[in-house]
Amino acid sequence: MTRLETALRALRTRGRTGLIPYFPVGFPHADSTLALVAAAAAAGADAIELGIPFSDPLADGSTIQRATTRALQNGVTLGVCLEAVRAARASGQTIPLLLMGYYNPILRYGVDRFAREAGAAGLDGCIVPDLPPEEASELRAALESAGIALVPMVAPTSTDERLRLAAAVASGFVYCVSVTGVTGARRELPPELPGFIARVRAVTDLPIAVGFGVSTSEHVEQVGQLADLAIVGSAVVDRVDCPTTAEAAQALSEYLRELRGAVAAR
Amino acid sequence: MIPVLSRPDSLGRFGPFGGRYVPETLMPALAELERAFVEANADPSFQVEFDRLLREYVGRPTPLTFAERLTEHAGGAKIFLKREDLAHTGAHKINNALGQALLAKRLGKRRIIAETGAGQHGVATATVCARLGLECQVYMGEEDIRRQSLNVFRMRLLGAEVVSVTSGSRTLKDAINEAIRDWVANVRTTHYLIGSAVGPHPYPWIVREYQSVIGREARAAILERTGKLPAAVIACVGGGSNAIGMFYPFAGDAGVRLIGVEAAGEGIESGKHAATLVAGEVGVLHGAKSYLLQDEWGQVRETHSISAGLDYPGVGPEHAFFREVGRAEYRAATDAEALEGFQLLCRTEGIIPALEPAHAVLTAVEVARSLPPEDSVILNLSGRGDKDMQTVAEALGIVL
Repeated sequence: MTRLETALRALRTRGRTGLIPYFPVGFPHADSTLALVAAAAAAGADAIELGIPFSDPLADGSTIQRATTRALQNGVTLGVCLEAVRAARASGQTIPLLLMGYYNPILRYGVDRFAREAGAAGLDGCIVPDLPPEEASELRAALESAGIALVPMVAPTSTDERLRLAAAVASGFVYCVSVTGVTGARRELPPELPGFIARVRAVTDLPIAVGFGVSTSEHVEQVGQLADLAIVGSAVVDRVDCPTTAEAAQALSEYLRELRGAVAAR
Repeated sequence: MIPVLSRPDSLGRFGPFGGRYVPETLMPALAELERAFVEANADPSFQVEFDRLLREYVGRPTPLTFAERLTEHAGGAKIFLKREDLAHTGAHKINNALGQALLAKRLGKRRIIAETGAGQHGVATATVCARLGLECQVYMGEEDIRRQSLNVFRMRLLGAEVVSVTSGSRTLKDAINEAIRDWVANVRTTHYLIGSAVGPHPYPWIVREYQSVIGREARAAILERTGKLPAAVIACVGGGSNAIGMFYPFAGDAGVRLIGVEAAGEGIESGKHAATLVAGEVGVLHGAKSYLLQDEWGQVRETHSISAGLDYPGVGPEHAFFREVGRAEYRAATDAEALEGFQLLCRTEGIIPALEPAHAVLTAVEVARSLPPEDSVILNLSGRGDKDMQTVAEALGIVL
């Protein structure tokens, strides 16, 4: 069992819905990452997804597109992302950290080199939205030997057969994409969500996360009734887009406490 | 042994290239599309309908023209032109657009989305959607909309909605990103009609099959006219659909050289080019592993070419495979060489080519010159040049 899975399973034992914010490395400012990680951990996040920016983010809506473009302009590379993980650990952060990003930068860096250095840096998990199970074996093997989970994404369009395929190779948790669509805050969670999560639950005992469109404490509460973890991306990115890093950290902290209000009640 | 793959492997790969690097949301639709494609291939009624429309609507077979004065100019092997410029809408793009639109109807999908750079694929898609009564939405970079306003007007006349893409570099690659995002959101009702031999499996395979009519016709015609196979077939390569359509039927003929010409823009060393196979490295973009123009950190580089149709940082995975196994050769022509070839073909043959195949004209001359008169070479003239008048005039310093 990976470190990540152990940490997230502990939440289930405590009856707590996990909360995972997403923001790109180097956003809103080149030097923001460490402060935002610290703020998220202090405000009750249970893990953090750090985005690796990519020039062609084809699974992302406009909010995350704009944010990752800014991160690229701020000079963020995969090397900078690994350094951010290293720096967070050096500053004493123990919260589970994931990197989320498209495959090409990892391929270019070298799959084995990436896994080795990410393991040494203290990374817990990876999410690669354009790497379905059929294409993931090389990265999965490399990450596994470094003790890092490769978290698969499943979607409402996934057949039961594909859910089983994803579950069979999953580690850490299973990421359920709540909508048939790209990332972005939405007013309501889709009415089909309970049926979808039930289908996922039927094929895995791993913690289940719900992401895409989750943006309010009500959403988080609804997710908590169905699944183990709520992932909040675009809405976090919107809140932390502040003129200074200090303001961004403050905004993140307030927003997570607001979301956590619903979570703590459970 | 000649490395020809009649179809990609079960993971959609040509050797190490291809595959399906897409969000999970799309994976079931890709499997469904592959099933429908295989079934349609085995269904005589689909083939009859497709062939009928290619004949009656597209105007196939297109001629194989002996380029007599260009041949004299070269002084060597006979040069033949495969006249895709004479197909309906003025380019080879309609072959694939028609095939995929028929496939979409078979899947019960009434909404078609497409990307376009210069607008040729967008026009072809809008055309077949009008003909088959399908809803059509075309994604086009804001920058390309500005450069190609005539084609935008054409698409709108044909009933398509043209959506301006303002993300990224606002050109073809961003139009593809936006089309994929639309498809992710509307996959249950929508078919994404990709215009080149790129994208996730089964697209490169489908596009190759629907474009192979070019090479099949050319092969039959040259055998009839000269009694033997050509020494070389030559085509321009952007994403690579006209080239793979021309190359594939010749790929098993060991004596036939397959030569692809990419866009060298202002020169490879300038960094301002779109010569993916000549100057790129292996990478993943738009759902497939292939060659890619990228920086040291795996970010996709912006490209440059005088020809919008070649201005793309990736290339079809089967071309990457042909390069890897040495079955095809790839080189690159600069903007200046393309303009020279463009003018040469205008003056020697009375044919105004699109800027895309204009990139391959000087290569055809050079290859022909190196061969004896009893040999022949075929240049795939993938489209006509009307759309490029403004660009060419500007490049030649002429105010229209």
